[in-house]
Amino acid sequence: MKKLVLIPLALFIVLVIFLFKGLWLNPREVPSQFIGKPAPMFDLPQLGDPSKNFSPKDMLGQVWLLNVWASWCVSCREEHPLLVEIARSGAVPIYGLSYKDKREDGLAALQQMGDPYVLSASDFTGRVGIDYGVYGVPESYLIDKAGIVRYKVIGPLTPQAWQEKVLPMIKELQR
Amino acid sequence: MKRMWLMLALLACLPAGAMAKEAPEMAADPALEKRVMAISEDLRCLVCQNESLAASHAELALDLRQQVREKLKAGASDKEVVDFMVQRYGDFVLYKPPVKPYTLVLWYGPFVLLGIGAATLFMFLRRRMQIGKQAQVAMSDEEKQRVETMLKNGIGEDKA
Repeated sequence: MKKLVLIPLALFIVLVIFLFKGLWLNPREVPSQFIGKPAPMFDLPQLGDPSKNFSPKDMLGQVWLLNVWASWCVSCREEHPLLVEIARSGAVPIYGLSYKDKREDGLAALQQMGDPYVLSASDFTGRVGIDYGVYGVPESYLIDKAGIVRYKVIGPLTPQAWQEKVLPMIKELQR
Repeated sequence: MKRMWLMLALLACLPAGAMAKEAPEMAADPALEKRVMAISEDLRCLVCQNESLAASHAELALDLRQQVREKLKAGASDKEVVDFMVQRYGDFVLYKPPVKPYTLVLWYGPFVLLGIGAATLFMFLRRRMQIGKQAQVAMSDEEKQRVETMLKNGIGEDKA
């Protein structure tokens, strides 16, 4: 009979463990639907030269990083120096998706902060963003040689995440 | 960092009027608009998370509602529109998650708990009843006699 009394206590402890774990989960990190699936196709004018287009199809055979950004996005500014550094290191080509941003504003931001992108595609209406399931800029997609999304970073890329997660993955994929 | 995200989310949740950016909301056709809203009620706004797509004023919500509107106008069924959203944002956008192996606990867990509770209650009550019965059975004839005498003559009289 005494043992029975312990059951509610045990259940309570289990509940506390779950709730405690929940404290450290980030509800903003919605698991991406695209990991392991082909990156959605698009064909958008380039930010620098709108007469030319860019499509992920052009990138087949290469490992690349698609970074969704905007000049109005504060966290993008936070992330920007790291992107510039990565671009300088040559670890991976970074392509930008200028999300719901005016062309002048985007170009001005790049001039001010440095341009880590090989080029940026201009998604003025945000349609391509929706196709990629973007809901909080910045977001970055690591896409492999076959055009499959391998990893997604929601929010600014941190030096730690880059060193521990993304860079090792890139090296693995480039092999 | 987290705090900044929160602030951004809150900002995004500001009424659209405050943003001074009234998107081309509302289809001219009230019936269509009703369908748009009905579908949006059941979808989560990913920016505000605890608001439905119908209630949210976040810019992404405006865009997504616009997409819903256009898809319906083009003749898509309600299910096709919902699938479009799930494909991009996952089951997380659904306020009513589908029954899948990993949501079984979510859907049926409460009933299992209810069952366990009912079974425990039943067992507890039965045990109590049995204890009561045993107490009755445990009285010997002699004891019964004593009780009867007590009832007749008052307590303390039986020993006389």
